[in-house]
Amino acid sequence: MAYLQQIIFLLILGTAGYFLWKRIILIRNNIRLGKNLDRTDNHSERFKSMLLVAFGQRKMFKNIIPAILHLFVYVGFVVINFEVLEFIIDGLAGTHRIFAPYLGGFYNVLMNIFEFLAVSVLAACAVFLFRRNVLRVKRFTQPEMTSWPLLDANLILITEIVLMLAILSMNAADQVLQTRGVTGYVFTGQLVFSGFLVPGFDGLPAGWLVFIERFAWWFHIIGILGFAIYVTWSKHLHIFMAFPNTWYSDLTPMGKMENMDSVTNEVKIMLGLTTDGAAAQAPEEIGRFGAKDINDLTWKNLMDAYTCTECGRCTAECPANQTGKKLSPRKIMMDVRDRTEEVGNSLVKNGKGFDDGKSLLGDYIIKEELNACTSCNACVEACPVLINPLQIILEMRRYIAMEESGSPAQWNIMFQNIETSFSPWKFAPADRFNWAKE
Amino acid sequence: MDEAQKLNVPVMAELAAKNESPEILFWVGCAGSYDDRYKKVTRAFIKILNKLNISYAVLGTEETCTGDPARRAGNEFLYQMQATANIQVLDGYKIKKIVTTCPHCFNTLKNEYPDLGGNYEVTHHSVFLQQLIDEGKIKVKDGGSFKGKKITYHDSCFLGRANDIYEAPRKVLEEMDAHLVEMKNCRSQGLCCGAGGAQMFKEAEPGAKEVFEKRTSEALATGASVVASACPFCMTMLSDGIKNEEKESEVEVRDIVEIVAESLNL
Repeated sequence: MAYLQQIIFLLILGTAGYFLWKRIILIRNNIRLGKNLDRTDNHSERFKSMLLVAFGQRKMFKNIIPAILHLFVYVGFVVINFEVLEFIIDGLAGTHRIFAPYLGGFYNVLMNIFEFLAVSVLAACAVFLFRRNVLRVKRFTQPEMTSWPLLDANLILITEIVLMLAILSMNAADQVLQTRGVTGYVFTGQLVFSGFLVPGFDGLPAGWLVFIERFAWWFHIIGILGFAIYVTWSKHLHIFMAFPNTWYSDLTPMGKMENMDSVTNEVKIMLGLTTDGAAAQAPEEIGRFGAKDINDLTWKNLMDAYTCTECGRCTAECPANQTGKKLSPRKIMMDVRDRTEEVGNSLVKNGKGFDDGKSLLGDYIIKEELNACTSCNACVEACPVLINPLQIILEMRRYIAMEESGSPAQWNIMFQNIETSFSPWKFAPADRFNWAKE
Repeated sequence: MDEAQKLNVPVMAELAAKNESPEILFWVGCAGSYDDRYKKVTRAFIKILNKLNISYAVLGTEETCTGDPARRAGNEFLYQMQATANIQVLDGYKIKKIVTTCPHCFNTLKNEYPDLGGNYEVTHHSVFLQQLIDEGKIKVKDGGSFKGKKITYHDSCFLGRANDIYEAPRKVLEEMDAHLVEMKNCRSQGLCCGAGGAQMFKEAEPGAKEVFEKRTSEALATGASVVASACPFCMTMLSDGIKNEEKESEVEVRDIVEIVAESLNL
């Protein structure tokens, strides 16, 4: 009987760990559905990028109010994880506040910091809820932000508020129990923020207080574990993905497009420039030109999609979107993630190589969206976690142009002009130098 | 056009025939060659190059499209055909340094040609002008004709975000003693003119308004009498926007190189 709680805790922890692990493996496999891309170079630059952008939140600070609020939640999340460590050890060992005797007075300082952060997280989440649902900040109310994405956003905020309330109630009840000298409740010293709740708990009998304290403890730890699993389905996954995503980000200038080596081979053959080496290694499974579906994109494009937290800074900065065109870079990222999940689940269900007859182009993203892009990189610049929607757009344009010949008519004319007159406009090549004589 | 006829433009093929090799190739670009408005920018740049006795040449009729618009529109094949052919010409003349007045040509030559074996030191004219100013080669006496004029600079996406060039064009304008004012969205948050990504060559997709209209109203809101740009496409879009607003008698769009040339009385 003495070990019952520990056994239950271990079972819950194990089950949560199992489901979390399964999701992690699935997401990892899904990201690997993308094409190869070497991002193993330049570790020091990559580390710097991760440190400044993910850990240091540098790109968040373009917009100061959400940046500060987000910082509270972020620091709260990171620091409160240390408390979760104590929860887990206590749960497994059947102890209560195992760190308290070892840390002495510092434990009180630590707990007060945790409480301050808990209150900050709570307040920030409340403001976030207000911005989303009452102020209705524009980037949160655009067409792609209905149904699940809207519910997801609110669920995350509400869950975080409830979890923080649980910590504060637990500490308040604990403090009353300490002053009454109930066995097992070690002295933590004065806890400022939960102290405000103490008057509400003061008059309750010890039995009730123990129940409240224990209930809040279990609620908080089960809540955190459940939330960790939930996050893998949610836009909130950025709390983990932001780190690898900034590490593997593109370090070349934003203006540079990735070269298509498969095309280079063909061009060299056409222009009679092939060396023996190039000809020998020529057509190794070229696949298709450009991207029609998620497996034509690189694994980094898919990682980008899993990292996206749907904040909409990209869409807010997009000139096409600002002027009422269909294109929304955020929707591009959401579509890629939804389609990747769909393909991943279908492969799990139907086995490797199964084709569900759908594709990213057509079923999720239409040409009108892709054709509106000015390749201005505003979306890329705006993203706080270095996601690149532009690469995906351009990759899909490549498919449309080279596999379908489905570009807008005026672009086809431009192509013809370059082919015949070596300029996007139809001018005689012989007149190119006339400007010097006019 | 008397003055214009005096324009002496060295051509690569002619210099090569004389066994001469200039230090820099001036890549004019299609807009600089064919677009009536942008030809003036090309000529202004030539005047500065000539005035400062810079060793340069152009490719003349041997120049062709870099392939940028084809690439951004998805036609990688056509892009690589253009790029590979251009690299052959450039390498044939053993060109090491390139300066260009087009940010799109600049981006492609600098960032994308290396993947196909074309490695050059490529400079955009904004940076080139700033270097000349820093070296003391361009000096404007008594401020010149743009002294105190309210000028707003429009960031080209392919210079700014794409290549992190925000300060050089601004420094050039400040050197001309202009009163520089910024638009609501500038530098890394600068709003596109609407022409990038090959949009220049097609009608915009359906929407509430045109991108260039939005950008033009931001430019006009500054109260500047000159909108400075450093890109042929931006120049076209903003000029159209200002015409739409019937403000062309009050506000003009000038390339930074025109502003420098005029300040030097060239």
